[in-house]
Amino acid sequence: MYPYIPNTSDDEKKMLDAIGAKSIEDLFNDIPDDVKLNRPLNLESSKSELEVRNILTKLSKENKTVNDLTCFLGAGAYDHYIPSVVNHVISRSEFYTSYTPYQAEISQGTLQYIFEYQTLIANLTGMDVSNASLYDVGSGLGEAAIMVTSITRKNEIVVSKTVNPDARRVLKTYAHVQGMKVIEIDDLDGATNLEELEKNIGENTAAVMVQNPNFFGIIEDVKAIEEITHKQKKAMLVVSVDPISLGILKSPGELGADIVVGEGQSLGIPLSFGGPYLGFIATTQKHMRKLSGRIVGESVDADGNRAFVLTLQAREQHIRREKASSNICSNQGLNTLASAVYMVAMGKKGLKEVAVQSTAKAHYAYKSMINTGKYKPLFDKPFFKEFAITSEIPGEKVNETLLKEDILGGFLLNKYYPQYENGILYCVTEKRTKGEIDKLVNVLEGIK
Amino acid sequence: MRVLKDLLYTKDHEWIKVDGNKAYVGVADYAQEQLGDIVYVELPDVDDEFEIEEAFGAVESVKAAADIYMPVSGKVLEINEALEDDPSLLNQDPYENWMILIELSDASQLDDLMNAKDYEKYLEEEA
Repeated sequence: MYPYIPNTSDDEKKMLDAIGAKSIEDLFNDIPDDVKLNRPLNLESSKSELEVRNILTKLSKENKTVNDLTCFLGAGAYDHYIPSVVNHVISRSEFYTSYTPYQAEISQGTLQYIFEYQTLIANLTGMDVSNASLYDVGSGLGEAAIMVTSITRKNEIVVSKTVNPDARRVLKTYAHVQGMKVIEIDDLDGATNLEELEKNIGENTAAVMVQNPNFFGIIEDVKAIEEITHKQKKAMLVVSVDPISLGILKSPGELGADIVVGEGQSLGIPLSFGGPYLGFIATTQKHMRKLSGRIVGESVDADGNRAFVLTLQAREQHIRREKASSNICSNQGLNTLASAVYMVAMGKKGLKEVAVQSTAKAHYAYKSMINTGKYKPLFDKPFFKEFAITSEIPGEKVNETLLKEDILGGFLLNKYYPQYENGILYCVTEKRTKGEIDKLVNVLEGIK
Repeated sequence: MRVLKDLLYTKDHEWIKVDGNKAYVGVADYAQEQLGDIVYVELPDVDDEFEIEEAFGAVESVKAAADIYMPVSGKVLEINEALEDDPSLLNQDPYENWMILIELSDASQLDDLMNAKDYEKYLEEEA
């Protein structure tokens, strides 16, 4: 018996006897010998539980998380505080062990929290309808692209380069296989170049996609973008948002967005080395029948009690087959719950507090860096919790120096924006203290 | 199954009533009966142009959804907004309650559609 496989040799023999096979090798007779390995796997001898635990613990200590480092990195993934109630609720086995409910209406608890999540997202974004969630903001943009091309019967997506570059790559993957054309608009001083945007909108435009606050943390003029977009008949406006920013900024719904997407990781979901995260998408009642994914609705049961159902299913692929506008039928169950618990725990005031504190601390960090005289602002635009700084010093050197002081530095913009060579995008959330920010600036000041 | 005499029909069970270079388009009685209780009707925008056999709208019942196709190419002049408020009108009288009024782009395409007699025969074969 191997330590990790609970069958004894006797078990194996009984099972083999029952099916009339002599050995386990017999089960693979259909595979030609010349493609078989024909030797045991080169594995070390089995180890005791204690030994395994020691090895893995040692290995895991090579990871550095935001618990070990002071994080000033953002760029789409944010180190916001997660109240302990979030993990407490999602760790309940009733939630933790259930994935997609295949007999949906039996899982009233799951449907209820998804319904509440949808309500929270719709309220937060200022839209009428949210779906049950998507994978991440990238799938949000991709699904929005499918929606707008289906609604408008146009195939050009005009997207600002100030939209998260990773999300744009997912959008382009969707577009490639769907035969859509993606037109990217350069930034002007860190915000969408409105003149260039206007020039690139035409009768084939299905949608304009922008992010607010944008990838550089800058507040875009969404109202102006909305006017430019809707001047073109049929063209729709898709706005990607950081949900935390909606604690202080006007909602995309108020600004005239047709579809709102975003990354929900900020809402109570840990960074976890990149995932799983949570995509959200919401739209107006007018377009809800083209909304991707599942939607939970409120109804009444046979006794007249409040009950929940999967609703508007006639749009979905199991009914509309190849005519369905989207093939997504999954959602991000546990993270959906985490974000719902987070939003409820924080409430309107709490979310505003997170947004206000993050902004205030980011602006304090910004001013302190500029005051050193060594670092200059890359852009001159209003910003939320992220800002870009430039200097004579290569970004790699800055971040190496910071790491030695247990500080996780900002995002090096030249990875996606070669024109901003020494530009670094810093993020300051409500978790950062004045002391931590002062230390960051101190270390930065000392770099030669 | 009601089939009106003065209309032309498609194999997908749309009907078209021609009046000069304009025509009303809707779904036939057979289609509404197959779908059951209709809960939603999706209509195009005025001035939208569609090619023959292109989907211009959709009709949704509780458990099914069907695209509705253009019997001939044309431009949408009017849509029947009453259907958006009360989709069940299509169940009540699918011939009275047209979906769109179009301007024909190519009247010769009408020649390939079925008249009432042909359509009745087609329905019998379908059954």
